[in-house]
Amino acid sequence: MSESLDIQQLVEHLFRHEAGKMTAVLVKLFGLPHVEFAEDIVQETLIAALETWKIKGIPDNPRAWLYKVAKNRTLDALRRQQYFQKNIASHIAFEFDDAEKTQTQLDAFFLETEIEDALLRTLFACCHPSVSPDIQLILMLKTLCGLTIAEIATSLLSNPDTVAKKLYRAKEKIKRDKLSLDVPIGSDLVVRLDIVLKAVYLLFTEGYHSTSTDRLIRRDLCDEALRLGILLANHPLSNTPKTNALVALMYFQAARFEARLDHENNVILLENQDRSLWNQHFIALGYDYFKKTTVGTSVSTYHLEAGIASYHAHATSFETTNWQAIYYCYNLLYALQPSPIVALNRAIALGYTEGAVHGIAALRTIVGLEQNPFYYSALGDFLLKSNDNEAAEQAYETALTYTHQDSEKRLITSKIKQLKHLYATYQNSE
Amino acid sequence: MEKFLLLFHSAPMTAQDMQAMSPEAMQAELAKWNTWIGGIAAQGKMISTEGLYPSGKVMSDAGNIVTDGPYAESKEVVGGFMLLHAADFDEVTQLAKGCPVFDNGGLVEVRQIQNYG
Repeated sequence: MSESLDIQQLVEHLFRHEAGKMTAVLVKLFGLPHVEFAEDIVQETLIAALETWKIKGIPDNPRAWLYKVAKNRTLDALRRQQYFQKNIASHIAFEFDDAEKTQTQLDAFFLETEIEDALLRTLFACCHPSVSPDIQLILMLKTLCGLTIAEIATSLLSNPDTVAKKLYRAKEKIKRDKLSLDVPIGSDLVVRLDIVLKAVYLLFTEGYHSTSTDRLIRRDLCDEALRLGILLANHPLSNTPKTNALVALMYFQAARFEARLDHENNVILLENQDRSLWNQHFIALGYDYFKKTTVGTSVSTYHLEAGIASYHAHATSFETTNWQAIYYCYNLLYALQPSPIVALNRAIALGYTEGAVHGIAALRTIVGLEQNPFYYSALGDFLLKSNDNEAAEQAYETALTYTHQDSEKRLITSKIKQLKHLYATYQNSE
Repeated sequence: MEKFLLLFHSAPMTAQDMQAMSPEAMQAELAKWNTWIGGIAAQGKMISTEGLYPSGKVMSDAGNIVTDGPYAESKEVVGGFMLLHAADFDEVTQLAKGCPVFDNGGLVEVRQIQNYG
């Protein structure tokens, strides 16, 4: 009996991640406008792997097997297809008449360091400034993360037709404008890297805050964003304090993933989370990346958000949280990003630091959250703490009218009930 | 112990099927097969197993006529086979029940290897 028939497991998502890698390498080889050819070759390679491995078992080095087949398919395509001769050959820097020479040069594209480079280039290309943010996400998921259109549609709560249309238009635009895969250098890099980081974070929050009821899908998006973030942090070109801050932030947040959803995938607020479910390994990794963020001279929103997340991660309970430090971070964050949501969080932190009355006062100055349930909910909490039960009840009632999530409704309703119960006991005792 | 041959019949995948299959789905499909085959191998019952390309040649007329086949229009082709040991048909059909080819509407043909010795 052959030894290769031992049940050998593949790493989770190996097919998906290798699809992204091979696509990136081939895109680097063929040029961005020919991304579809790259995708076809990758798909054929994976099918060949499925057909062979399912019967014969998984080879000792599955990656090497995949790359070999992908290279062979590429060579065949280069030799045979007229389209390749006419359109793609001109993009390729080497002559492919000499089979041996071509093989060697093709091998060079599949070196580990070159694969990382190809991934990075493709990531930068997907986040091209002339492509809108929602389409950047779709391109990233399709090209780098190996998701099908149907999977992207499910992940982003869209429908497959819309995703396909957006993808088609983006690809047409890439062809028309001849967008290149060059990673910009110098000050241009700083600007482009900002867009890339923003897109990666958007991918993360898409998963983290998604209203999709499928926990696995949400996790997957967060994992993919983390993977891309780590890729950026590991590459000399993009390893900046800001990149590390983003990775730290994502790790701190991802650590709470399992604790922030109940069995029905409803969101559990920080205050009510079971902290023993927090992923300590992720928190440790978060700190590792966070340490690398202090070398720069500037502070980004990612630095501050990661800082806030680290104080939460560090606290053993909601009550013992270092609210003062968090309030300080929110102050700095507000200076960089004066949004009402930041103001809301800052007011909450203040309320826990200086007392409910100060929290209420800060909340009352915020403009722009007139229909935000969390705003009224926070207001209700502080009013309750300062014994203004009537006003607290009113705030909760208002919160109830603006919330659409069932779990949120239940939470607020239970607060109102508790309040009424309190009130009743108080009257009885009089 | 008797020897048996399992033939896995399934509809050949169309280009469209292949295009639509996600890497994640492929890996899941792969895992199903590996678990099933690995399970039989772990019991020491498996002799060999191979996968086949979807089409080859069909020879007839004393080998003078060679055509491409099995034919494109055929609904089911043999995609692979397994040679294995089992006590009897009861045992071999029990083992074959877990074959993932059933999940995609395929079928398993079970044949006993002749043994007149």
